[in-house]
Amino acid sequence: MIAALKLSGPRAGILAGALLLALVAVSLNVGVSEVSFRSVWSDVETRQIIMASRLPRTLAALLSGAGLAIAGLVMQTLARNRFVEPATAGTSQSAALGILVTTLFWPSASVAMKTLVASATALGGTSIFLAIAHRLPPTQPYLVPLVGLIYGGVLGACLTFVAWQTDLLQYLEAWTVGEFSGVLRGRYELLWVAAAMVALVWWTADRLTVLSLGRDVSIGLGLDYDRMLQIGLLVVSVISALTVVVVGIIPFVGLVVPNLVSRFKGDNVGLALPSVAVGGAGLVLTCDILGRLVRYPYEIPVGTVLGVVGAAGFLILLLRKNSHG
Amino acid sequence: MIDIRNVSLSHGGTRVLDDISLTVPKGGVTALVGPNGAGKSSLLSLIARLQPLQDGQITVDGLPVGKTPSRQLAKTLAVLRQDPAIGSRLRVGELVALGRFPHHRGRPGPEDRRIVAETLDEFDLATLADKFVETLSGGQRQRVLVAMTFCQGTDYVLLDEPLNNLDMYHARQLMRYVRRVADEKTRTIVIIVHEINYAAAYADHIVAMKSGRLEAHGPTAEVLGPAMLKQVFGYEMSVLKGQSPLVAHY
Repeated sequence: MIAALKLSGPRAGILAGALLLALVAVSLNVGVSEVSFRSVWSDVETRQIIMASRLPRTLAALLSGAGLAIAGLVMQTLARNRFVEPATAGTSQSAALGILVTTLFWPSASVAMKTLVASATALGGTSIFLAIAHRLPPTQPYLVPLVGLIYGGVLGACLTFVAWQTDLLQYLEAWTVGEFSGVLRGRYELLWVAAAMVALVWWTADRLTVLSLGRDVSIGLGLDYDRMLQIGLLVVSVISALTVVVVGIIPFVGLVVPNLVSRFKGDNVGLALPSVAVGGAGLVLTCDILGRLVRYPYEIPVGTVLGVVGAAGFLILLLRKNSHG
Repeated sequence: MIDIRNVSLSHGGTRVLDDISLTVPKGGVTALVGPNGAGKSSLLSLIARLQPLQDGQITVDGLPVGKTPSRQLAKTLAVLRQDPAIGSRLRVGELVALGRFPHHRGRPGPEDRRIVAETLDEFDLATLADKFVETLSGGQRQRVLVAMTFCQGTDYVLLDEPLNNLDMYHARQLMRYVRRVADEKTRTIVIIVHEINYAAAYADHIVAMKSGRLEAHGPTAEVLGPAMLKQVFGYEMSVLKGQSPLVAHY
C-alpha cells in the first residue's frame, strides 16, 4: 500500500485497484462457512451466502472505509489541523448521542430516520468543536487534537451516563464499537450515501483546497468561506452518522490515511482524494479480514482491530515526522 | 480608481482608522507608508472586504465593497496580506495556480495554465514548481505568495509588506516587476512598504498615515519631503532632491 502511494499516474491506479480487488476476493472467501468461487454459479447455498452476507459485508467495509478517510481529510481541512478526525473530536460521539436520544423517545424510528437525527446532532457537535478549534492559537497545533479528545471524551461520558440511566448500555456498544459481523443485505445500503458524499468532496475539491489556506485567502479568491465551511461540516457529519448507525465507531481511519497520503501527494484535495478513498477502503477491509482471522472462528470487531493497528500506525507517523524535522 | 469616503474603524473601543477619505487613481503604483500601528493594514483589509466596513464607503473601479458579490470582486481585486500562514502541503505550482481560482472556480482551462506558467517564469519559480512550499526559505515562500496574487490577473492588486523576508536582490526584482506591470498592463497597485526609499524610487503616489489618520497624500515628488517625514515618523531626515529618484537619509 505504502509503496503504491509513492507511484503516481495510471500505474499506481492499476496497482491500487488490483490490491483492492485481491482484498475483496479474500474478504468474500473468509468466514465460518466454506465458500468456493467455483461453485458460486452452481451451488445455490454458496450464492446465498455471498449475496446475502459476504458481499454486503465487504461493500460495507469498503464504503465506510472510503467515507471515513475522506471525512478525516475534510475535517483536517476545516480545522486546519492535521491531527483531528471525526472519531477523536466528538463528531462520532455526537452522532451516537443522537441515535441514543432517538431510541429513547422514538423507538420505532427507521434506520434512515435515526441517521437523519444522528447527522443533525453530529453537525451540532462538530460545529461546536470547530468554533473552539478556530479560537485556539495557531502557534500551538497540538492543542486542537487535545481539545478534541477531551471534548469527545466528555460527550462519550454523557452518552454512557444516559445509557446507564436508561438501561441501554448494551445497545450503546453496538454504536460505539464498529463491527461488520451484523451486516447483511438490506441493512447496509444506507452507506451508499457515503459514496455520494465522497463524490461531493471530489466535485468541490478545489474549493476545499482554497478553504485550507484560511479565511483571508479564501475571501480574497472570491470563495464563500462560510458556505464552504458548512458544506464541509455537512459531509463530515453525514458520513460519521451513517457509519455510526450502520456499523458503529471506527477510529483512526480518518487520521492515518489522509496523513499518510499527504506525505506523498500533498494536500491538494483533488489530487489526494482518490488515494485517500482507496487507502481508507483498503485499510478498513484489511482490518475486518484480520478481525475475522485472528481467533477464527470467532471474530474481533473491526473497531478494536483498528484501535490497535491505527494507533500504532499513527505513532509511527508522528515519530517519523519528528525524526525528519 | 479606489475611492475611500469617510471610513472609520474601531476595535473594542480603540479607534484604528479615523475618518479616512482618499482617492487612489487608476493605474500606477501607490505606496502606503507610516509607522507601526498607523492603520495601513486595516485600511487594506477593508478595501479587500476581509473585514466588514463599519463606517463610510469604499468603491473599487466603481464596485461598492461590501455590496458587490465577493466572486465578482475577486476578478477585479487581488490582495496579499502580511504573512498568511500556509499550513497545507501544496506544491509551488499548485499554490500559484490557485490564484486563477476566481476565473475557473475549480475547472482550469488552457488559458489559466498558460498564465500560471508565465507567472512562474516571471517570478523565477519555474524550477521550484514541483517543490512543496513548506520546504522553501522564507524569501522563496514570499515570492510564491506574491506570484499567486499577481496570477489572479486583476486590475487592482493590494500588497501588505510584500518585501518581508526578501533579500535586496529579490526586493528590487519585485519592485521592478510591480513597476512594469503597472506601466505595461496599466494595473493599479497599492503596496505597503517600510523602506521609504523603495517608495521613493518606484511609487507614483504616496499615502502617508499615522495613528489611524491620513497625514499626506499625492504624487511622490510633491509629498515626500523632510517636513512630511518628520511629521509621520517623528524625526528629522534629509531628503536628497534634484536627483532621481529621491533619497531619504535616516
